Formats: sequence, structure tokens, C-alpha cells
Amino acid sequence: MGAYLLRRLLIAVPSLLGISLILFTVLAMAPGDPFSEMATNPNVPPEVREALRASFGLNDPIMVRYLRWLSNMVQGDWGFSFASRINVDDLILQRVPTTLFIVGSSQILALCIALPVGIYAATRPYSMFDQIANTLAFIGFSLPTFFTGLLLILIFSVTLDWFPFVYRSDIAATGWRWYWEMFRQAIMPITVLGLFQAASYTRYVRSAVLDVIRLDYVTTARAKGLSGQTVTLRHVTRNALIPVVTLVALQMPAVFGGAIVTEQIFRIPGIGSLLIDAILANDTPVIMAVTFVFACLVVLFNLIADILYGWLDPRISFS
Amino acid sequence: MKDQELGQLIARVKEGALSRRSFIKKAAAVGLAAPFANQLLAFNGVAMANATLPYKPTKAGGGGPLKMLLWQAPTLLNPHFASGTKDQIASRVFFEPLAGWDKDGNLFPQLAAEIPSRANGGLSADGKEVIWKLKQGVKWHDGKPFTADDAVFTWEYAADPATAAYTTGSYKDIKVEKIDSHTIKVIFQNSTPFWADAFVGVAGMILPKHLFADYKGAKSREAPTNLKPVGTGPYRFVEFKPGDILTAERNPDYHVANQPHFDTLEVKGGGDAVSAARAVLQTGEYDYAWNLQVEDEILKRMETGGRGKISAVPSGNIEFIMLNTTDPWTEVDGERSSIKTKHPTLTDPKVREAMNLLIDRDSIQKFIYGRGGTATASFVNAPAKFKSTKLKYEFNIDKANKILDEAGYKRGSDGMREKDGKKLKYVFQTSINAPRQKCQQIIKQACQRAGIDIELKSITASVFFSSDVANPDTYTKFYADMQMYTTTQPQPDPERFLNQFVSWEIANKQNKWLGRNVSRYTDKAADEAYTAAQKELDPDKRAALLIKVNEIFCEAHVIQPLLSRTAVAAAANNLFHDHSGWDSDTWNLAAWYRG
Repeated sequence: MGAYLLRRLLIAVPSLLGISLILFTVLAMAPGDPFSEMATNPNVPPEVREALRASFGLNDPIMVRYLRWLSNMVQGDWGFSFASRINVDDLILQRVPTTLFIVGSSQILALCIALPVGIYAATRPYSMFDQIANTLAFIGFSLPTFFTGLLLILIFSVTLDWFPFVYRSDIAATGWRWYWEMFRQAIMPITVLGLFQAASYTRYVRSAVLDVIRLDYVTTARAKGLSGQTVTLRHVTRNALIPVVTLVALQMPAVFGGAIVTEQIFRIPGIGSLLIDAILANDTPVIMAVTFVFACLVVLFNLIADILYGWLDPRISFS
Repeated sequence: MKDQELGQLIARVKEGALSRRSFIKKAAAVGLAAPFANQLLAFNGVAMANATLPYKPTKAGGGGPLKMLLWQAPTLLNPHFASGTKDQIASRVFFEPLAGWDKDGNLFPQLAAEIPSRANGGLSADGKEVIWKLKQGVKWHDGKPFTADDAVFTWEYAADPATAAYTTGSYKDIKVEKIDSHTIKVIFQNSTPFWADAFVGVAGMILPKHLFADYKGAKSREAPTNLKPVGTGPYRFVEFKPGDILTAERNPDYHVANQPHFDTLEVKGGGDAVSAARAVLQTGEYDYAWNLQVEDEILKRMETGGRGKISAVPSGNIEFIMLNTTDPWTEVDGERSSIKTKHPTLTDPKVREAMNLLIDRDSIQKFIYGRGGTATASFVNAPAKFKSTKLKYEFNIDKANKILDEAGYKRGSDGMREKDGKKLKYVFQTSINAPRQKCQQIIKQACQRAGIDIELKSITASVFFSSDVANPDTYTKFYADMQMYTTTQPQPDPERFLNQFVSWEIANKQNKWLGRNVSRYTDKAADEAYTAAQKELDPDKRAALLIKVNEIFCEAHVIQPLLSRTAVAAAANNLFHDHSGWDSDTWNLAAWYRG
């Protein structure tokens, strides 16, 4: 086990280096520059623009800039944002709690819907319930989040006036009122994301359970005279959930990464919207840092998923 | 109007029963010019303060929260690093300049005790010195007094190239001296008729010396106060999350009596312009949203909700088309559109004249921009004294056809004109933006009817407006026959703005295409008029010279103005705000109130 972990970690290093090199080169070669807004403003003399480019090191060759970035990164210096001139790690840390709360809750909501619905549908395949669940799941993951988001805003904010559609990270209230306000503003984005995830999870859970439910040991369990509930929950679900757990683990980077489109629609100050703003402002250090963090998370959670898999399913060995 | 009636009117203004504006309107109806009517009020002891927004509340505070929504989120709060209007708006909440610009382009004192003039001895006869008297008794948010040292320091800070301030342009060529604790003198190298640049408006916000002194030059980025501002403004800093939200509270020691009205201020950022308008006009979640570049149709539909209204004020932005008189398709010495080349057909003034007749400005305004712009034939439109009255526009396809026929451009078998084998076939580029693409279509269709073939090209804004030397699609390289964009006249004075028409500013390979004259067209008369205007101290003569520069380019039809853009904002019905196209939206935030 230890040797396996070590091997995997050693493999991760060159792949992360490769990822960072590709990201950096693509970003450096992409058109646009962070000072475009100054270009049409006659009050900013061209020399100032040039001096800024030079002081931000934008005129050096790509390899020099990459090596500088890499050595700083190794020392824990993530660089600073061109747009707000503060350190990138501070900027990212400010966004993490909101993203974790919104995307995390939506994942929990998705699982709370997907598990019971998927399992129940699989135990009664092609029943009325299964058909309806399947159709809804299809609709659910066919509708993009920006569509359902706008639909909810139109219904619940504009027409009914129930919920606000602008998310505020600090609510000027305390105690129960704070929780109530938080609930009001978070319910729409969480629903949008949660239902979208739930739709794909439901189909996944259903097919995983269907695979297991036909196996001989389940028949044996039934033949022993165990109740239907016990068979489903203790014998079927436990085994069926092994691939589902892996799937959820692989989804974790997405939880940290936020939901770019949904964050934009509801103005949620999460990591996804940070990335979008940085891209629009050509704020390369921020884009680089955020995408690199995503890359690290993907590599890390892949490893965790593999380890979890082995731990849940003793048939798999790491040697 | 009898004297008695006038007296009664003035008395009503004093009581607050009649607004300044309606007084001036009534006075104008009987033939009194607005400046005169204004003076009349001043002589009668009605304060000049808040010329554009009468302030009703009788005590400071008690207004509850004010919530503003900027769809581009502020990312920093140091006004001298503010790269865009979003940051300027946010930093203006805390910092103030000596004077700001109101919506009619007049100076309004903020940290200055009065506006310098020849009469009060603030302006020297040779136009080389300005003396500013600073307001007494102003305190920074940390309780320290505001003095001339702070103003002098602000100049040192911004002028230092190592600071890399975006406002350097306003400070690098001047000298500032302290006369006494509340008087400073600004010294220019040459006579400078437009002196209200340093310490004024968006570039003029004063920084506290005691907090920034250690962070001048290369260390400027490390100043903790870049993100936790301490200023003199109407609201004090509470919390800031870059790219998300800014909160502030009322400054109880504000230097204007009874201001500000609101207890707390929240500036939320992010999202897009349409939903920002919706949050103010339809759901009423926010009180104010700025820079709503949204089609007027959509705004009108939202306004029917009755919760808010749109405010559009003139600004210095002009949407225009530029024709290329150099050849964008031939490379000379490593650059295209070089002034060493000549465009095969656009050098012919007749072709350019015909093109100008093919732009249906009225329809563009009516169907695309609505309240967002006013059709115009003049490059400079505001303030009114700099607008050319001579320039007129016309949409007339028959006339264009006639001109082209007379100039010898014959229609080929495909209906497109050519002369000596040179076809009237142009590439027309602009940035990607829905109204611009619609505009391109309208112009293309009209040109087709006159036998001119237009190929449309649209480029992502972040590329088109970048200064990336390696990219051929930037607007300053102008590797196309014609292009369209908006350019900004930042101050209510067009001198610096018109430097894009002078020969020494031509964008070329040598200056990495950073030159301001993108059209590359030059005219000796324009150069001369421009240099003369830079020294002319008589305001009327100077305006005439600057108008001449504008007219030379518009009459040569190299520059074809389309619309004078307005600054559009949405506000809740009960919010009284003071929105100016010449300064940040928050320039007079202290005087905002809820009625």
C-alpha cells in the first residue's frame, strides 16, 4: 500500500509539471493583454502602459517567465493579480468558503435525491415509478444550468418576488435572520446545481443497482427468507455503491472548482466566477493559479478514488 | 418677467420649494441664459453647491442602506491604480479630488475651498500656474487633518514612474509646491489652457501622506491601504472582497454639513449588464446599477415594472467609423497600413464622401442604441461649446450613387463598382458586441445598394482593444479598410482627446502601434490648429481651433462619427442621484438621498 502510494505520488509530479507547462504556454500565447482598458484612454500615455508591461515581466520570453513562475510557486509564492494587485492565494482563499457551501450543498442535495430514487427505481425496473424517474432524469441533465437558472429567476424573483437573485457573501443580519436570508439567497443556485447533478447520479445509481440485483448472492439472500428491505439495503446497495463512491470522489474537484455558469448567473463570489473575471480581464497569474489548482485537485482525487476503491472492494489489490 | 416675480422665484428656490433646474428653465423662458440665471441665484445667497442635484435632507444619516450593483466588480481601491471605471467608482466612495465634474461639464469643488479662476487669483495670466485653496477642517477617516502636504505627496506618488500609477499622465509633467498649510501651487512647463487635470476628477483623488509615504515607487503594491482605504469621503471603509463586494458606513465627520444621507453603503459586483438592470428595474433588489450597455428595447420593457427608471447623461464617448487611407493589404518594412502606402480607392475623397452618405445614423440610433446614443456628424459633441455646428449628416443612397457615377466608378457584372480594375470592396472590422454587429449589417446593406461590397469582420474585444504587438487584429494596427469602435473623451475638454488627429501621433511599427493617430490621416492645417490651441488661453479662440481640427477630419470623411454615446444608469424611483458623464458615477455620492 505504502509503496503504491509513493509510486503514484512520484508519477503525479511530472504530470503536474507537464500540465503547468502547457497551461502557462497556452496562456502566454493567447491574445489579449491585461491593459486593454487603458488602450482607448488618452489620459494614459503609452509609456506608462509599456512601463507596466515591463514591471509585470510581460516582455520576457515565455520560458523565462515560466521558470520564474515555477521557482516562485515551489517557494509558495503564487504571484499577484494584475487586476487587484494582491496575492493570488489570498484571492482564492476568499472565494473557497462560498464555493464549498454552494457546490457542496448541491452535491448533498443531489445525493439525497439520487440515492433513494435510483435504488427504488432499480428494485422495480420498468414500473411506472421507474419510467417517470427516468424521464425526469433525462430532462434534468438535458437542460443546461444556465437555462434552468434563468427560468427560476424569472419565476421566483421577477414574477413571484420570493427570492433575491443576487447572492451576497456577507449578509447584514445576525442570528436566525442571517440563516433565513442565507437560505433565501442560496436556495435557487443550490436547486439548479443539485437537480442537474441528481439527474445524472440517479441514472448512475439505478444502473449500478440493476447490475448487482441480478447476481446470484442476492437471490440466495432472498431464498434465505430475508426481508426485501434488508436485501436491498444491506446486500445490494452496499455493493452497488462502490462505483458510485468513486464517481462522487471524482466529482470533488468540481466541487472546489465551483460551477462557473451558475456562479455567474447568481453573482455568487466563488472560484468559478473568479476564473471568469480573470479570463475577461486577462489577469494571467489568477487564471494560471486557479487552473493549476484544478489540475492538482483532479490528480489528487483520482488517487483518492483509486485508494477508496481498493478499500471498499477487497478484490482489488495494490501490489 | 417682472423683478418682483423673479424675486419670488428666487425665494422659492431658497426655501427648497423650487429646484434650481426649474428656476433656470423658467428664467430661460424669459430669455435669461443659464449661466446668468445661476449667477443670479449665487448673488442672492443660494449656495452653488450641488448645482445639479439639490440636497433636501436636513440632517446627516438616517437614510438606511444604499445598495449599488456594478456588473463589473471592483478589484482594487487605490484610485491611482484604478484601471477601469469600476475601480474609479469604488475608490471615489472613500477618496475625493480637489474638484469633480458635474453632468454639464462644470467644475465643482470637493476638497478645494473654491475653484481657481482669474478673478480669485487662482489662475496666472500666462497660463503656467494654478493656485488651489484647500478646504479647512477636513479630516481623514482616521482623524488626522487633511493638509497641503497630502496634495503635494499625491503628486510625488503618481508622478513617480516606479509607482506605475495609471494616472501618471496627469502628473508627470507638472510641479506642485506648497504655499501654506492649505494652499498649493501647480506649475506647468508651458502655458496650459486646460489646467483642470491634476487633482481633478477620476485622476485627481488625494491620498493621505501619513499612510502612503512608505509605499511610494516600487513598493506601491505592498501598501496595506490599497485594499483598506482611508480617505476623506462621505463613507468609511468596512470590508472589501476584490471582485465581489465592498461595504462602507457613514462618515460622521464628513466635511459637508448634513451629508451623507445613507447609513451604510454596499457595492456588489459581478454578473452581466442585463441582469443588473433587472435587479434595479424589475425586482428592486438594488438601488443603482451603472454602465448599462443594453439594448434600449430591453430596458424599456423592464422599466414598465415601475420600480426604477433609466438615467442617460451625455458623455465624451463617440462611436465612429474610420476609413483607412493607407493600404492595409501591402506590407512595407514589416508593417501593413504603413503611411508609405496609399489605399487604392479610399484615398479618393469622392469615395469617402459617398461612404458617409451610406450610413443611416437615424435608424442606428432609433433601432439599436435608443437612449444610449445620439446620432451626430461631429467627432466632439460635448461640452456644447466644442461641438461643430457646421457638420451635418445625411443618409442618401441616390446621392452616393451619383457621386460614384461622376467619379467614374462603373458597376461590373456583379453590380459592384470598379474603376481602372480597382474594385470598391472593403473589409469592415469591429469588436464583438451585439449592437456593433447590427450596425455593421445596416451599413453593409446600404453600401451594397450603392455598389460597394463590404466584408464584415468582428474581433473579440479583448484582442481588438489590446496593445499586443504580435497580434494583427488590434484596432491600432488597423489592418482593414474600415473599422468602428467607441473612443473616450475623458474630460470635458477635447484637447488631449483630439491628439488622435495629429501627425506626430501616428501609430506605426516604430512606436509599437501605441501612437494615438490610428487613422494615419494627416493634415497640416489640423496640426497647426492643434498646436495653436495648446497655447491659446482665450477660451473662445481655443474652442474655435479645436473645432477646426475636428471639422478637418470629419469633412475629409476619414472619420465618420455615428453616435455620441450617453452614460446609462438605472436607479430606484425614490433614489436621487447625481450621475455625470464626465466623472465617476459616485463623484457626488455624498449628495445622494432617498426621497
